[in-house]
Amino acid sequence: MAFDILITSLINGSTYAMLAIGFSLIFGVARIVNIAHTAFYMVAAYCIYFTTYRLGFNPISAMLAAIVFVAFLGWIVYLIFIRPIREHEQAVLIGTIALAIALQELMLIAFTGDYRTVPALIKGFAQIGHAKVFYQQILTFGSVFVVLGLMRLFLMKTKLGLAIRATAQDRETANLMGMDESRVAMMAVIISVGLAGVTGAIIVPLTTIEPFMWNHPLIMMMAVVVLGGMGSIKGSFYASFILGFAEALVVFLVPAGAFLKGAVALSIMIIVLLIRPAGLFGVQFEEER
Amino acid sequence: MSLLRYHLRKLFMIFKNEVLVLPSRIVVCIFFILLLIWPLIFEDPYAMRIVILASIFAIFAASWDLLSGFTGQINFGHALFFGVGAYGAAILNRQTGMPPWGSIPLGALIAVLAGLIVGIPCLRLRGTYLALTTLAFPIILASLIMTAPEYTGGEMGMSGLARLAMSRTANYYIVVVTMLVLVTVMWKITDSRMGIIFHAIREDELAVKAAGINTTMYKLIAFSLSGFFAGISGGLYAHFMRIAGPSTLEVSMSFQVVIWCVFGGMVTIWGPVGAVFILFPLLEFLRMWPEWRELMFALIVLIILLYMPGGLLPWVRNKIETECPRCKIRNVAFRSSCRVCAAEMK
Repeated sequence: MAFDILITSLINGSTYAMLAIGFSLIFGVARIVNIAHTAFYMVAAYCIYFTTYRLGFNPISAMLAAIVFVAFLGWIVYLIFIRPIREHEQAVLIGTIALAIALQELMLIAFTGDYRTVPALIKGFAQIGHAKVFYQQILTFGSVFVVLGLMRLFLMKTKLGLAIRATAQDRETANLMGMDESRVAMMAVIISVGLAGVTGAIIVPLTTIEPFMWNHPLIMMMAVVVLGGMGSIKGSFYASFILGFAEALVVFLVPAGAFLKGAVALSIMIIVLLIRPAGLFGVQFEEER
Repeated sequence: MSLLRYHLRKLFMIFKNEVLVLPSRIVVCIFFILLLIWPLIFEDPYAMRIVILASIFAIFAASWDLLSGFTGQINFGHALFFGVGAYGAAILNRQTGMPPWGSIPLGALIAVLAGLIVGIPCLRLRGTYLALTTLAFPIILASLIMTAPEYTGGEMGMSGLARLAMSRTANYYIVVVTMLVLVTVMWKITDSRMGIIFHAIREDELAVKAAGINTTMYKLIAFSLSGFFAGISGGLYAHFMRIAGPSTLEVSMSFQVVIWCVFGGMVTIWGPVGAVFILFPLLEFLRMWPEWRELMFALIVLIILLYMPGGLLPWVRNKIETECPRCKIRNVAFRSSCRVCAAEMK
């Protein structure tokens, strides 16, 4: 039991961490609250399903194709729908909501609402005590850490990463220092949507695929971002495991826990915010005027 | 007799000089009159049903605008007030047999309470933090409802509530007149001193504080007013549909109201109302292609935003009316001089 809780919370937590980091990246750099972020994650999952079953790709190339396709899709959609209205914050907000609905409906038309699954990359499981640990779970967990480590290296060591961090801190000054703000924003969008695609690709063998699978992660992702503190990648990382653990605990220990799992995690978020309005690791910025 | 004639003539003069000179005001008048005589012209119950639902959601959308548009406290969980209003009215009606005219206002008062419960912790949060946090409240309430099915009906909701009125036409008039009155009240609120303070809080809260105004109180007032109006629309919805279910608390409900408001133009009150009356029948019309319905709806919203990012109705208004450069009074677009100060219109 305890081991099951641990495994579930680690898997859930790492999903939320990946999604939340992409979400806060796009928010920090481009000031876009991207509601469609988890919709791209859903599209990536469907992409893998489509390429493995309909086109007969092997799993690894299916994943790569899905990630590239989703990043490309995010870029195109950003160019057509979001960039022209970036000055209007509210318009961008409902633009991304409409985008998420459009993606969901497209998947519903293309693949119907049936529940679908994708085979695991490595079959089999290890027996530890009474708990089963699937090799796929270990693989997923490991690759999440690899991706997050690469992400951190990218942000800390490369020139583009530096530009992204600078723009997130102060847009105008970054622009004055010769960084093309709109180009940096575009790169951030591509990377962030790409991360959503990577998340979809890594998680997909462990979940069922359906057009509404983006709803629950969306809410949890937003809770993680708020709890960890906006724009703090470290904060998102810790917060996602806290919420993932809370969720798993409720599901396993409380009767009717499946209904309550979201509520408990969100209540934790609200309670923490009452004590620390900027989240766990957030910095309270001076009010922008 | 002559006094009556004097007042009639005065009313006629006001109508002629203040209302008929601006197309937007004429449109509002036509809208009111058309809604009131609609059942006399078209007896189709389906069309009437669409107008009734559009009216209910118009109250809901306008109440979001009152809170999020005017005070700038972006609320992503507005479905909470709608759901609390609906469930409050339903529980009062089912448990105590209270008729709709009692249960709807009381349900709305419970929604005010919900507004305060949400508002007090949220006062410390700003901007996007606030938006993302408020998203959580309806979800928490929905899962509490799911876990207590003996009181709330669980996933099936509470059905078999009392009707608003016996006939469809009576239903229509109750809802539409309530909508017209409430929307006018909201518009008057935003036009009053309080409305100016709401505007100021959105623009620069620190400056308002510095001017010696208790912004905390005004933000709480905004939360409770908005909760009240949204609660009434929720109660009307519950009694009209005769069911209060967890779908009233869904995330899509909260997003829907944001779409209506931004599409129609925020910070106007009339914008969201107009948007509901455009988008809701449009969604019904798209039922002709059931699979493509939501997709086409989303694409229409996206494309219209691309050309009118400030909202559809303000865009139309700016096309048919222009502002006098000297006295800032609005004029019909084709006038060459201002109707009040006779300044040259450019």
